[in-house]
Amino acid sequence: MAQHTDLTRPTAALEPDVAGELAAGLRRSRRRFRLEVLLVWALLIGALIGSLVAIDKIDPVFISTWAPFILGGAGLTIVICLGSILLATVLAVLGALGRLSTNPIIYAVASLYVSLVRGTPLIVQIIFIFFALPQLGIVLPALQAGIIALGFNYGAYMTEIFRAGIQAVPRGQREAAEALAMPERLVMRRIVLPQAIRIVVPAIGNEFIAMIKDSALVSIIGVTELLWRASSVGNSRFRTFEAILIAAAVYWVLTIIFSFFQERLERRMARGDR
Amino acid sequence: MATDPIVRVAGLHKYFGRLHVLRGIDLEVARGEAVMLVGRSGSGKTTLVRCINFLEEPTLGSVEVDGLRVEADPLLSRGREHREQIRQIRLRAGMLFQEFNLFPHMTVLENLIEAPIRVRGLKRDEAVALADQYLAKVGLTDKRDEHPARLSGGQKQRTAIARALCMEPKVLMFDEPTSALDPELIGEVLGVMEDLAHEGTTMIVITHEMHFAREAADRVVFMDEGQIIEQGPPDQILDAPQDPRTQQFLRRFLATGAGSGAD
Repeated sequence: MAQHTDLTRPTAALEPDVAGELAAGLRRSRRRFRLEVLLVWALLIGALIGSLVAIDKIDPVFISTWAPFILGGAGLTIVICLGSILLATVLAVLGALGRLSTNPIIYAVASLYVSLVRGTPLIVQIIFIFFALPQLGIVLPALQAGIIALGFNYGAYMTEIFRAGIQAVPRGQREAAEALAMPERLVMRRIVLPQAIRIVVPAIGNEFIAMIKDSALVSIIGVTELLWRASSVGNSRFRTFEAILIAAAVYWVLTIIFSFFQERLERRMARGDR
Repeated sequence: MATDPIVRVAGLHKYFGRLHVLRGIDLEVARGEAVMLVGRSGSGKTTLVRCINFLEEPTLGSVEVDGLRVEADPLLSRGREHREQIRQIRLRAGMLFQEFNLFPHMTVLENLIEAPIRVRGLKRDEAVALADQYLAKVGLTDKRDEHPARLSGGQKQRTAIARALCMEPKVLMFDEPTSALDPELIGEVLGVMEDLAHEGTTMIVITHEMHFAREAADRVVFMDEGQIIEQGPPDQILDAPQDPRTQQFLRRFLATGAGSGAD
C-alpha cells in the first residue's frame, strides 16, 4: 500500500519529448511481448509436429501430397459462410421486426421461428432439410441445403441480436422522426434500422466467425468443403490424423484472419460518427 | 380571446396508469402568437405539448391544429384512420426536443431534406433550396455537410430548428430547447427563437428562461399539477401574478437562480 501513495501526489508535467519517448517505449515493449507470444506458439506447435514426425506417427509425404486438395475446400467453406450469413441477416431483420410487432400474427410467426430453430440441434436441421424434405418432394442440392440450414439457424440467433440493436437506438430518434410526420415504415427503414445495423455489425462479425466452424457440419450431407475433403482422403488412406489436423489448422487460420478484420471493423465502428 | 386559433386544446386529460397528469386543459393559441409554458417540473407542460402532436395519446379531450380536429383515442381503437389523422396533425405542428434528436447517420443537409422529400413529396432540389434557406436563417450554412457529431449543442439545436422549419408547420413547439445546453450556448438558440417569434411564427415554448419569456412571449401560461393556473401577458404573469401558486413558483425560481446564465 505504502509505495502507492506516491501516485496521488500531483506530478510535474513531463517534457513533450520525454512523454513521446515513454509512449514509444511502451509501444515497443508491447510489440516485443506479442512477438514473444507468437514465438512460443510456433515453438510449441513445431515441437508437437516435429516429435510426431520423429517417432514416425505422422506422414509428411501424405501431408504435402494431400494438403492442397484439402485446402481447396476452404473456398467452399467461405462461400457457404457468406451465403448463410447473407440469408441469416435477412431473416434476422425480418425476425426482429416480427418480434417487435404489435400484430399478434406477425409476432407469433416470428417467435415460433426463433423458438423452433433455437430449440433443435443444428445438425438435426441440416439432416432434416437434406434427407427429410425430399419425402415432401422438396429436393435440394447439398450445397443449397447446407446454406439454407445454416442461414435459418443463424437467422434465429441473430434475430435476438437485431432486436436488441433496434431497441438500442435511442427513443428520441424515433420520436423525432414521428414528429416530422414520417409514417411508421419510413421511421423504421430510414431512421431506426440504419442505426441499428451500425450497432450490430460487430456482433454479426462474431456470428460469422462462429459460422466458419459450424459450417463443418454440412460435410455430413456431402458438401465437398474442408472437413468433407479431409475426412474422405483421410479415411480412404488410413491417414485420418494428418487429414483432420490439416482441416483443423485451416479452420483455425480462417478464424484468425476473420477475427483480425472483425477487430479492425469494431474499432472503426467504435470511432464512428455519433 | 384568440380570434384565429391555430391550436385549440379542449378538455384534455392524460393518465399515465393511475397518475392523472393533465387535468382538463383548455388552451387556444392564435396565429402568430408565442406562448410560453412555465411551471415546476412535473406540472404537465411536457405532457401537454407531447399530447398536442400525439407523441402521447391523450386519455380524454380533443386537439385541433389548423382546422384539423382529433379526438383522444386512448385504446387506439380507430387504427389506421386515426394514425393518418395524427400524421396530418404532426405535419402542422413541428416539435423541438430537449435532446435535439438529430439523425446521427445523416449530414446536416440530409437531416433537413429527409422528411420534406419523403413526407411532403418535394423534389430533391426543392428540398435542398428550402434547407439552404433555413440553414442560412439559423446561421449554419457552413455546417451543411457536417455530421451532427461534429456540432456543438447550440449548433445541433439550431439544426433541429431548421429541420422543423423545412416542414413549414403552422406551429412550432419547443420542449425545453435549451435545458441540455451549456450555459454559454443557450443564447444562440434563444436568439434564433426570438427572431422567429418576432417574425410572427406561431410558437408554444416550454422554458425556464424567464428573461427570454419576457422578451419573446405574447402570453405566459403557468401550469401546476396538470392544470393551467394563470395566463396573460408576460409582465402581468411574471411581475404581478395573482395566484399564490404562481407567486410561490416565481419566488422560488428567482431565489434559486435556476435558468439564469442565459441572455
